Amino acid sequence: MNAKLGIAIARRLGASCVSLVFVVVAVFFITSALPGDVAQSLLGQAATPDAVAALRHSLRLDEPVLLRFASWAGGLLRGDFGMSLVSHQSVMSMVHERLLHSLLLAGITTLFAVPTALLLGTLSAIFRNTVFDRCVSVLTLCVVSVPEFLVATLAVLVFAVQLHLLPALASISDIHSIGSFLAAFSMPVATLGCVIVGQMARMTRAVMVNVLSSSWVEMAVLKGVSPTAIILRHVLPNVVAPLFNVMALSLSYLLGGVVIVESVFHYPGIASLMVDSVASRDIPLVQTCALIFCAAYLLLTTLADVVALFSTQERSRA
Amino acid sequence: MMLAFPLPRYLTPFLQAPALLALLWLLLALAGPWVAPYLPGEVVSTTVFAPISARHWLGTDYLGRDVLTRLLYGTSSTVLLCAASTVMACGAGAFLGMMAALKRGMTDTLLSRFMDGVISIPSLLSGLVAVATFGSSVPVLVLAMACIYLPGSYRTCRMLALSIVQKDFILAARMRGEKTSYLVVREILPNMAGPVLTDVGLRFIYAVRLLSNLSFLGVGLQPPQTDLGSLTRENLLGLVYGAPAVIAPALAIAFLTVGLNLALDGKGRHQ
Repeated sequence: MNAKLGIAIARRLGASCVSLVFVVVAVFFITSALPGDVAQSLLGQAATPDAVAALRHSLRLDEPVLLRFASWAGGLLRGDFGMSLVSHQSVMSMVHERLLHSLLLAGITTLFAVPTALLLGTLSAIFRNTVFDRCVSVLTLCVVSVPEFLVATLAVLVFAVQLHLLPALASISDIHSIGSFLAAFSMPVATLGCVIVGQMARMTRAVMVNVLSSSWVEMAVLKGVSPTAIILRHVLPNVVAPLFNVMALSLSYLLGGVVIVESVFHYPGIASLMVDSVASRDIPLVQTCALIFCAAYLLLTTLADVVALFSTQERSRA
Repeated sequence: MMLAFPLPRYLTPFLQAPALLALLWLLLALAGPWVAPYLPGEVVSTTVFAPISARHWLGTDYLGRDVLTRLLYGTSSTVLLCAASTVMACGAGAFLGMMAALKRGMTDTLLSRFMDGVISIPSLLSGLVAVATFGSSVPVLVLAMACIYLPGSYRTCRMLALSIVQKDFILAARMRGEKTSYLVVREILPNMAGPVLTDVGLRFIYAVRLLSNLSFLGVGLQPPQTDLGSLTRENLLGLVYGAPAVIAPALAIAFLTVGLNLALDGKGRHQ
């Protein structure tokens, strides 16, 4: 039994590694599809052909693509992500602090959003087809269908402009007290949280409704088990795996949301760094940021699948 | 409403709320630039962020241009660009999905593995990478969005086609010696038209979200072209005055995405 589980987990990890390699290859080849353009666009329209050729040579753009890929991938393995084309600093040093800021934002949002979403989704599944359920359903649908920046703009309009409650920008450099911490983080976290909660509550409801309308729950109701016992003993063990999947999928929406939220509130995280690097076409920085995001996404989905494997194992033993 | 003649069954999905709503937006997008009262780049007033008035129904923007005009042009580009990329993504997705379901074997495995790989990259990220590489222009944006939403459409269509391919009437058609093209056009497509159109609607909403987000970040459509996202971005200062210049495009995006999604959701509930 355990050997079987080990093999299943190893297979899943193997598949993730293959995906990671696919992503690394794809990111590199897409971003180096236009070899001459980067040097040209860095120097601007007034560049002489000699200057462009010299820059291309110093950026090693005149070498064959496969050779460049080999040296780039080799660098990745050694933890060397290359140099920024614009600021001429090493990408590693630029990314390091920003990544910590982003992880902090994502962590706080997760702490706040996951319980809220699970509660909201479960409640609307238990009270399905009531007014409460309809309200939650329409509200979450609105939140998930508008672009993330609309939620952020609305939050700024209400809390910063109309009510003057919170600052419109998240300045995390001067955090000295709990008050200033709350002031800096509440708007970005609330905006990001809205997007995640909307997504996760809908999926949680779907999972819970699926289980609650199953025949074994009906059986438990008919033989007179109390509602609390049904939820705790019959439903909960069966929703652990799908709920972890829901969480992983929703948290991957964090990645999309974080790009917008960091830009709107000028939060110095890795996503706003990536948007800036896209605008200035700083390819090494774009590559590194894209890889970090994809790796985070893969990590989340892999984790969810491994938990699902463990929980099916537990249930088949019980 | 009673119809005097029976409609072909492949037309019935077009007669439902989501499709009618989508057609309405498409009509608005096509007609908008023709009925706009001013030119989109024309500075028509000395007041910036003017409120609603008889001359300027939605006020003026941060340069004193007519907001209604710019909103009509912006809606036009958002809807048309997203519709074009959705049609491309879903057309290719449906074709490849049905091919995979009909052929099975190696074709199916390779295609599905590849699509799973592409789908594991978040959409906003792919959009940013595409813009960073190819610059941001209309063809790049449309093609990038088409590529981003192709795998999702492929997966849906493959699943739907797989369940249809196993039905007896397909077997019967195959026994009769019908060609693959006949199977696809006359047997498989009509039987999955409803769910596929719902999927097209969802992808259209995703595309609107992605394009608006990119434009809001300043890396989507570039001036002088406008779309709903860039209109919100450029008038963001007007938020302080509660100017219609920033509220109108934001509301337009909300109406477009939420309206279509509610219609699709209601349809899903009925099925």
